[in-house]
Amino acid sequence: MWSFAALADLIHEELNAQLDPSWVLAVEMILVGLSAIGLFALLGLVLVLMERKVSAFMQIRLGPNRVGPAGLLQTLADTLKLLVKEGITPNGVDRLMFNGAPFIAMIAAMLLLAPIAFARDFQIWDLNIGVLYVSAVSSLNVIAILMAGWSSNNKYSLLGAMRSGAQIVSYELSAGLSVLTIVVLAGSLQMSEIVASQADGWWVFKGHVPALLAFVIFLIAATAETNRAPFDLSEAESELTAGFHTEYSGMKFALFFLAEYINVFIVCAIGATLFLGGWMPLHIGHWAGFNQVMDWIPSSIWFFGKTFFLIFVIMWFRWTFPRLRIDQLLDLEWKYLLPIGMVNILLVTAVAILGWHF
Amino acid sequence: MVEEIGTTEQGDLIINVGPQHPATHGVLHLVITLNGETVKKVEPHLGYIHRSIEKMCESLSYRQFIYSTSRMDYLSSHINNHGCALAVEKALQLEVPGRAQVIRVLMDELTRIASHVLWWGAMAMDIGAFTPFFHAFREREMINDIMEETCGARLTMNYMVPGGVMFDLHPNFYGRVKAFIRQFHKKLPEYDELVTGNTIFRSRTRGVGVLSKEDAISYGCSGPTARASGVDCDIRKLFPYEGYGKLQFEQPLATEGDTYDRYMVRMHEMRQSLSILEQLIDNIPEGDFQAKTKAVLKLPKGEFYSRVETARGEFGVYIVSEGGTTPYRIKYRSPGFSNLSALDHVVRGQKIGDLVAIMGSFDLVIPDIDR
Amino acid sequence: MFLKEYISDITGAVGSLLKGMRRTGYYFLHRGEAITQQYPDNRDHMGLPERFRGEVVMPHNEQNEHRCTGCTACELACPNGTIKVVTKFEVNAEGKRKKAVDRFIYHLELCTMCNLCIEACPTDAIKMAQHFEHSVYDRSQLTKILNRPESKLQDGVE
Repeated sequence: MWSFAALADLIHEELNAQLDPSWVLAVEMILVGLSAIGLFALLGLVLVLMERKVSAFMQIRLGPNRVGPAGLLQTLADTLKLLVKEGITPNGVDRLMFNGAPFIAMIAAMLLLAPIAFARDFQIWDLNIGVLYVSAVSSLNVIAILMAGWSSNNKYSLLGAMRSGAQIVSYELSAGLSVLTIVVLAGSLQMSEIVASQADGWWVFKGHVPALLAFVIFLIAATAETNRAPFDLSEAESELTAGFHTEYSGMKFALFFLAEYINVFIVCAIGATLFLGGWMPLHIGHWAGFNQVMDWIPSSIWFFGKTFFLIFVIMWFRWTFPRLRIDQLLDLEWKYLLPIGMVNILLVTAVAILGWHF
Repeated sequence: MVEEIGTTEQGDLIINVGPQHPATHGVLHLVITLNGETVKKVEPHLGYIHRSIEKMCESLSYRQFIYSTSRMDYLSSHINNHGCALAVEKALQLEVPGRAQVIRVLMDELTRIASHVLWWGAMAMDIGAFTPFFHAFREREMINDIMEETCGARLTMNYMVPGGVMFDLHPNFYGRVKAFIRQFHKKLPEYDELVTGNTIFRSRTRGVGVLSKEDAISYGCSGPTARASGVDCDIRKLFPYEGYGKLQFEQPLATEGDTYDRYMVRMHEMRQSLSILEQLIDNIPEGDFQAKTKAVLKLPKGEFYSRVETARGEFGVYIVSEGGTTPYRIKYRSPGFSNLSALDHVVRGQKIGDLVAIMGSFDLVIPDIDR
Repeated sequence: MFLKEYISDITGAVGSLLKGMRRTGYYFLHRGEAITQQYPDNRDHMGLPERFRGEVVMPHNEQNEHRCTGCTACELACPNGTIKVVTKFEVNAEGKRKKAVDRFIYHLELCTMCNLCIEACPTDAIKMAQHFEHSVYDRSQLTKILNRPESKLQDGVE
């Protein structure tokens, strides 16, 4: 059967036949980098279009439908527009930080791509501490936002950045705790092993209530960490005009914009991997027949299907809910999500020790 | 001592919100003093959309000056025009035919619903929910279509003339209004599902921006803003005009005076306006839609005042006549101006997000504040 | 008791959020509810109501005749000087000098579509057209002369 893993092996063998091993490594690294950038560009285009269509459908509109068939090329046109726009650097900004912030946002998003398993045996880097790596790197994003807000020499930006700092630092905790429940259940920090542990059912089903609770907390924390409504306080349009990227224009703005969407994708991909089995097809216990049927669907389709389902849910949140206030946002974290998460991890430990999960 | 631009000596941040800012719904300029996220002071600056309508009206005849009031509170343009027409009729002691009166009330209430619907969407957008804005426009569009068909325009209708209305109702009017009533009855619960019941919305509005009854009176607030604080100030009830006294409707009052109450009062007002529409739509009397008037109106010497209840509060028209064909002096009492004056008092000590929510609940229309 | 309140608080909140999501989800799935009008495409069948006020026009019949007597009632009725009627004197069949319209100048850029001129006109010479796409590149193009060249007063209109 055709698969990403087979393709990767084919390329590897071809290269090995042509070149010596160190060159093979170099060429493969370049290939991986290029395909990561390509994936980013593609994801940016697809996600922005998806967001616009989803929002339009929920708002009883039609959404973009003029550029290309059914508006499919709309985001391409938008990207072209942003590319040719002048990237203004206002007077009085801290140039190095101002110009560097979008790249840091982008790089932080890119680094997160490494441990994600896109399909069966198809992963850039199967790190043995994959989950820890993700939690560590995902908090780098706040540095970019703080840099942008501070260096912009704009009070709206500053307020937005400070809000974002408080927000991401707090929600990191709940996200970490909910991820930890799965680590406890799976007994490993390695992404591939977590996926493999779900071969007889996804954790969200197998782990009883604690896993479900952890999943909900993860979704909320993920929405908050990616600065999306109802937690989009760092760019709160009606309060701070555009928050931390008020002063950005052209491609620098586009990079922030892209980084936001990539972060959404990555957070959802991690959620899908931990709770919904990643590329693992829907398996129920030992029903061999049923499992075999499910195996017919390629693993990459399972992975992207689950990820895009989670992305859709996050978009659904955004286009339904009003925005929280900054103190309520922190209340939600410290008074609700964190205590629940802590109790939950106790519960899940008990479940894991007693072997109550399926 | 060199002061850093934009900060006070205590290190507070001074921010210019507006004149171009997504929250100010127009060209309102607020200078806010912030301590962190907390608002310490709000200073509204006006004048960006001053067109000196009052002065312009002094050179216009009594038929002509009405149209310019549509450009003040453009969301309740019918009701503004109505106030002007009432003042002229009062001065001329003109009897308005029964049919014209009913048409005027119908149009006023449709305008009120259209205005409140738009406010509902805009307020939800201020609080951060985008979807309600588009849902609100669905119903507003129906009213706009009704207006377009009968009055000939969608926003600045100039439909009220001294002595009645400009045209008779369009034959489609009854059907369209009935369709609207049906639709609105169906969609109002959806409004509640989307916004009113939402826990985030409730926590954003409850106990936020409390305007006490005494303050509402002393700042001269009117309309839903004052009624949310428990001030009994509906002109339609207190000084009934155009047969409002004969209609069955309630004046929604609340007690807390917070943002949530201002929201709920407006939501209830929409239901009351809907019930007025239901009472009148089948009982439009036959007859003239306009009283016979002279081609050139001359008001007797004296001072005339009329007031109507717009979607935002009490709108007053004060005409000083020297007996000629144009007014000597005209003064409009616009509800938005007085309501805005209470903003600083209400907002102090709240967060920036609350400032936006409170402004949304005050339902400010800038051309109304700044004539 | 605290715990009970805490939990009922959370369930109530989540319930209200789910209600909202159900509503937006409903509209997401029911595409027929979309109310977008695709404006330039639906130009042909938009069907503006006959009372819609787009601009002031002066209808002419097949013999290139209009109904304007040049009485300037519209000019007087206009609140902001949109209409300027330039009159001339014509000698009619009986050899009498009679006032007639020379140029009926209409400034569309000043017009607020208040309909007062149409109400004022004693001979129904002008009316509102439904045309509303007025944008031009030069403001001077918005100043229009409504009576056509060589047009005459219709017989019988006083």
